[in-house]
Amino acid sequence: MAINAAMYRRRRFGNVVVMASAWAAAASGLIVLAFILATLLYKGFSGLSLAVFTEMTPPPGSAGGLLNAIYGSVMMTLLGTAIGTPIGMLAGTYMAEYGRGSWLASVVRFINDVLLSAPSIVIGLFVYEIMVVHMGHFSAWAGGVALSLLVLPVVVRTTEDMLLLVPNGLREAASALGSPRWLMIVQVAYRAARAGMITGVLLAIARITGETAPLLFTALNNQFMSSNMNAPMANLPVVIFQFALSPYADWQKLAWTGALIITLAVLALNIGARSLSQSRTND
Amino acid sequence: MRIATRTAAITVLLLLGGVIIALIQGSIPAFREFGWGFLTAEHWNPATEKFGALAPIYGTLVTSFIAMLIGIPVSLGIAIFITELCPRSLKRPISTAIELLAGIPSIIYGIWGLFVLAPFLQAYVQPFLIALFAPVPVLSSLFSGPPYGIGIFTAGIILSIMVLPYITSVTRDVFETVPPVLKESAYGLGCTTWEVVRKVVLPYTQTGVIGGVMLGLGRALGETMAVTFVIGNAHRISASLLAPGTTISAAIANEFTEADGDLYTSSLIALGLLLFVITFIVLAGARLLLLRLQKRAGT
Repeated sequence: MAINAAMYRRRRFGNVVVMASAWAAAASGLIVLAFILATLLYKGFSGLSLAVFTEMTPPPGSAGGLLNAIYGSVMMTLLGTAIGTPIGMLAGTYMAEYGRGSWLASVVRFINDVLLSAPSIVIGLFVYEIMVVHMGHFSAWAGGVALSLLVLPVVVRTTEDMLLLVPNGLREAASALGSPRWLMIVQVAYRAARAGMITGVLLAIARITGETAPLLFTALNNQFMSSNMNAPMANLPVVIFQFALSPYADWQKLAWTGALIITLAVLALNIGARSLSQSRTND
Repeated sequence: MRIATRTAAITVLLLLGGVIIALIQGSIPAFREFGWGFLTAEHWNPATEKFGALAPIYGTLVTSFIAMLIGIPVSLGIAIFITELCPRSLKRPISTAIELLAGIPSIIYGIWGLFVLAPFLQAYVQPFLIALFAPVPVLSSLFSGPPYGIGIFTAGIILSIMVLPYITSVTRDVFETVPPVLKESAYGLGCTTWEVVRKVVLPYTQTGVIGGVMLGLGRALGETMAVTFVIGNAHRISASLLAPGTTISAAIANEFTEADGDLYTSSLIALGLLLFVITFIVLAGARLLLLRLQKRAGT
């Protein structure tokens, strides 16, 4: 009996140690998140002013804002979303509707999953090779295309997943009423899966909003306001990268402010996407 | 519409093929010039146009290894906490918070790592490690030299924070697939929570956990911006983990726009090809494992 009591104590002790570590792990994860957000707010908030949104990136030593960078980021994000979303939705539709269970669908799903987590800098190199080299110069078009290649796999994945959740009874009912397949997909399947598909697009936008690596050698940077898509264009992530690594205090301060803006935008998109998909499941 | 959707699906396939072909095409000059020596040479000298990939490859592998060493136990701990310990009402907020970590752009980790984490490590953690391991034979050379703050070690720490949410969300999901009756019978036999996790949950979810870990590894290998900020970008292999180094992705990000000369550019693209091949193997392996798990769950 004495041996058993010792063993029992040992088991209890082991359990307490591991469970305490699990608590500590969860706490440390939350602390890191809180710490990062707190630093961003502390360092970024002080630089936040109207000038950030109305003035252009300054030369070192003078005041300025981030207007051209914000404008460029918005333009390229829009372009990337506009190219990536339709192709992604069509491909997702094929996998869930026309090609369900087919050989092509499963290969595309596998490849898409690999693309989903492929290093974004490699996507940048690819676009550099196919666009920048042939056009002979960096451009916002190339930046937008690089971003669209990051949007694509996210949209493909969520579109397929959401369409697969639509009950087959709905599809059969539409077909029984005599609607052709494309009409059934557009009028019934898309409507039923709408919230989920929008969530996917929002998540994709959140992903590209802060992407830096693929823009480094596609859109490059531009110190001035430019709406010419065929020329290098400023964008927030690359400006943050350059300003943060510079030795000038006012540039570093702007970098923190830019970082705060990006993070708030990304978190808002993420939380928006989440609440959208939750309100759907609660119905 | 059938044709349109099919074309879009094939586009995704062509995309992957296109990436591989473009990278191979771009890296031909470098491989023609250096042959297999490109993979084993350490020197990287733009002035004499002699390039070798060993230092970036070494940096990529070592930083990812550090990230896994720290990231795997912590992620498993968080997953255990969420599935076994956490009060029901806290489950969702904590999961969401951890997933928000995944949403933060990598450049934010970079700027935070450079201005907050690196000075902290330099002032407190690194001197402590140097003093701690000084009497131990092998470890003392790993933790030697002045504490720079930036370097391989710091990059590994940042990466470990970044892979946390990926590994955690996959392991949490597969932990939840364990049938309650299995866990309940183990508890019924008098098992402690840790024994249930170790002898029931982990064996049951083994494949999924490995898949999740490999997914995280894929992220760590290809991560660019956060590493670029804190690695120091030095093309050399140092015995000390505290010394600056470089990784494949950081070398490309730092040098590509400045690269003059076809051989320089081509060498960087060859690095990109290497990175793509390495991550492709890891990610494909992860997906295959997870796919097999899904099939088993389906039947």
